[in-house]
Amino acid sequence: MAPILDIKNLYKSYGATEILKDINVAIEPGDFLVLVGPSGCGKSTLLNCIAGLEPISGGSIDIGGQDMTDVSPKDRNIAMVFQSYALYPTMTVAKNITFGMKVRGVDQATQAAKLAEVSAQLQIEPLLNRRPGQLSGGQRQRVAMGRALVRDPKLFLFDEPLSNLDAKLRVEMRTEIKKLHQNLGASMVYVTHDQIEAMTLATKIVVMKDGIIQQIGTPSEIYNHPENLFVADFMGSPAMNLIPARTQKKDGGTQIEIASATGKPLLLTDTTHRNLPDDVIIGLRPEDIAEAGYRSGQNVQTAHCMIDVVEPAGADTFVVSHLGGKEVTARLHAETTACAGQPLEFAFDLGKVSYFEPNTGERLN
Amino acid sequence: MSEWLERHIPKIVMAPSFVAIMIFVYGFIGWTAWVSLTRSRLLPKYEVEGFFQYGRLFAAPRWDTAMNNLFIFGTLFILISMVLGLLIAILLDQKIRTEGVLRTVYLYPMALSMIVTGTAWKWILNPGLGIESVVQGWGFENFEFDWLVNPDYAIYTVVIAGVWQASGFVMALFLAGLRSVDQEIIKAAQVDGIPTRRIYSAIIIPSMAPIFLSAFIVLSHLAIKSFDLVIALTGGGPGYATDLPATYMYAMAFSRGDIGQAASSAMIMMLVVFTIVVPYLYSELRAKND
Amino acid sequence: MTDQAFPTAPRRSRNVPLSKIALRWGLYLILCVFALYYLMPLFVMLTTSLKSIEEIRSGSLVALPRDITFDAWATAWSGACTGIQCEGLRPYFWNSVLIAVPAVILSTGIGALNGYVVAQWRFRGANLFFSLMLFGCFIPFQVVLLPMARVLGLMGIAGTIPGLIFVHVIYGIGFTTLFFRNYYVSIPSELVKAAKVDGAGFFRILWSIFLPLSLPIIVVTVIWQFTQIWNDFLFGVSFSQAGTQPVTVALNNIVNSTTGIKEYNVDMAAAIIAALPTLLVYVVAGKYFIRGLTAGSVKG
Repeated sequence: MAPILDIKNLYKSYGATEILKDINVAIEPGDFLVLVGPSGCGKSTLLNCIAGLEPISGGSIDIGGQDMTDVSPKDRNIAMVFQSYALYPTMTVAKNITFGMKVRGVDQATQAAKLAEVSAQLQIEPLLNRRPGQLSGGQRQRVAMGRALVRDPKLFLFDEPLSNLDAKLRVEMRTEIKKLHQNLGASMVYVTHDQIEAMTLATKIVVMKDGIIQQIGTPSEIYNHPENLFVADFMGSPAMNLIPARTQKKDGGTQIEIASATGKPLLLTDTTHRNLPDDVIIGLRPEDIAEAGYRSGQNVQTAHCMIDVVEPAGADTFVVSHLGGKEVTARLHAETTACAGQPLEFAFDLGKVSYFEPNTGERLN
Repeated sequence: MSEWLERHIPKIVMAPSFVAIMIFVYGFIGWTAWVSLTRSRLLPKYEVEGFFQYGRLFAAPRWDTAMNNLFIFGTLFILISMVLGLLIAILLDQKIRTEGVLRTVYLYPMALSMIVTGTAWKWILNPGLGIESVVQGWGFENFEFDWLVNPDYAIYTVVIAGVWQASGFVMALFLAGLRSVDQEIIKAAQVDGIPTRRIYSAIIIPSMAPIFLSAFIVLSHLAIKSFDLVIALTGGGPGYATDLPATYMYAMAFSRGDIGQAASSAMIMMLVVFTIVVPYLYSELRAKND
Repeated sequence: MTDQAFPTAPRRSRNVPLSKIALRWGLYLILCVFALYYLMPLFVMLTTSLKSIEEIRSGSLVALPRDITFDAWATAWSGACTGIQCEGLRPYFWNSVLIAVPAVILSTGIGALNGYVVAQWRFRGANLFFSLMLFGCFIPFQVVLLPMARVLGLMGIAGTIPGLIFVHVIYGIGFTTLFFRNYYVSIPSELVKAAKVDGAGFFRILWSIFLPLSLPIIVVTVIWQFTQIWNDFLFGVSFSQAGTQPVTVALNNIVNSTTGIKEYNVDMAAAIIAALPTLLVYVVAGKYFIRGLTAGSVKG
């Protein structure tokens, strides 16, 4: 299948500052692409470039197999949902939704039919005669989605659409967007700084930092095989534990030596033979560190660690310990007997470990 | 073509205004600057002669009076308007029940033309039938108040009328400033048991520094441009005792037919305005762009 | 005041010390004295205009008129002399209307367009242009009087009402642009983006989205411009000729005309007539008037 969106060698700069550097992304029809990164990483600018709201300095953008690089937004066959919803404040909900059709000269009957269809789909019929000012945040969000849906575009663009909602509503709307994507089978590009949104919604994630793509992959690739320290640290909550360590080739695998608060280094053996430099940073997700006896596998190693803090979170209990000069978080089962100030035997699942080069931050395994 | 038009329409829309500003503001300033360097009299000449006109200007006693008057008028007008405006604003900030009405009363002079203000005060201050005769009528037979026709004091009548007109506006500025101070800071001070007087002097007024600055800018701008008020109140007289640079410039341009003097005096006025306004605008614009 | 304070007095005296009440009354007293100070000239103007010239000569400045007469008003409106002509203020009042109305409409419209561009359609140089415009707001107009007089002559509109309209529009767009720009920058730029995606162009977005939002700032701008233009004297006196003078110039001529005896009552009536339109605007829409004043000065 031809990609629905194909961005090649895209550059964007304001004066001398480069905002986006050599962006290459392509998605298939039906994909849900999430652009994620900290604020100022260029993700919203990239979305605006896709929409044609910002001119680009180099490269090309194809949408639906056509070169859209210099085409104005209205002819790109896209629809966009904005962070502030950008509802036209003086128009009713109905007018907001039909404004685009009116501008394009769609006849009244079609407008009415489309409006009815979309408002039924989003359950906003009772709101049609209200002004945006009279709506709650969630309702505004729906109207903004309606304005996009009515367009029936090749590509939906979302610019942090959930960031203005409260936590509960955000989760609800997230599910709703996911359902919408599944029902429509539409192609979507979605910008967020929230890595959980990225994980739950995406079929494909682009992690960005300082205008450079750090990694492109499925949620599972991004989560389990982060390409560098930045991605490892940014994706996942609580964040991946990144612990400085020394490695040494050994019979039966790789020995990992981690400095510990007690002065006696912690020694673990990764049973896989690897070619690693002496100094590395090892990455382990909190869920890959369990209480001894609760995790088994051929590459699981146990060791005693002093516990600093215990944070019960209902379904799990997080415990914080100190290793290699860093705080290390482990996600234990809810009924753990772990106790602050006491040692506990941990099980480290080294089958899931990531190794990073300390200076470049690149993944080594 | 339509794509091109679409992309450039904002610039096309702005273009006429841009051209107009460049010609009618900057071009005209340039023209005046140029003419101020020539020997123009009744008609403009364009041969640059250097600073001849400025020499004449600074040697003219009338210009000297005008600059002196500007200094007296400007200082008193700004100072009294600020003090009065701040005082009324603080008094009005004490949860006054009839604040709306009072504010309207204090501010209405600002809606009047300076010609109207001048006419009214000319009548009130006239020595024959005005305040002087009122006070004499109260039994103070020897009371004299002839500032309007006394060359040494006439400039102070301009101050009186100017303050009357502008102080309510300064009050409005300060009141808005007082209201914009973070209420939580004031509550915190009240909880700490700091008396109201100290809250004003130590917390609220220092935080209004930007308002003082903009009030100062507006008032000095008004003072330098003051023309109508003097014309209506004293006509620049007695003699030219109440001349300001603005009236001097007008007299040179339109009744004396001395374009060179008019241009050079206008340039000095602009210099005075710009030394006050430019640093202010510059910092404002920079703050906005950052 | 007594009426207002009376019902609450018992409730207060229960827990508020006497000194506080005295302070409160003192405060109201001072505020009322200030109010009298600001009102006095208006009061004097009004009473003087209703007195006969004999009563003015014999009576006190601050006394109420014994016999109210509107003769002075009639004279001021249609008989007072502005130099050699004796037609009163009437023709000049209409001149001011003819100048102010088109100049206000044009300068507001241009300001809206410019403000919309500067705030929402930034292009390279837009900020520089805005800064240049802003500096232009602050020049003393004396510096443009001479060349403007010549240019109006070249354009063939010297001493005419269109000439004065032109001058007021040119030197008004700085402020009107500033007003609209400051209003429109507070509108999220995503609105323009959404409308662009919806297919709307520059004018469509202005017309359908921005103008319907703009009523408050239009009112502020119209009031500001109207007050400025109506009250203008400098341009009026510099660029008009007999017959095209605005009301402020005519008022000054009436007051300073040296022919005949000094009719203070007529002067005052004329001053009130000249002030009436802007006073009326102030009373009706004071809120917007103040907003314009503070916007024009604080956010320079």
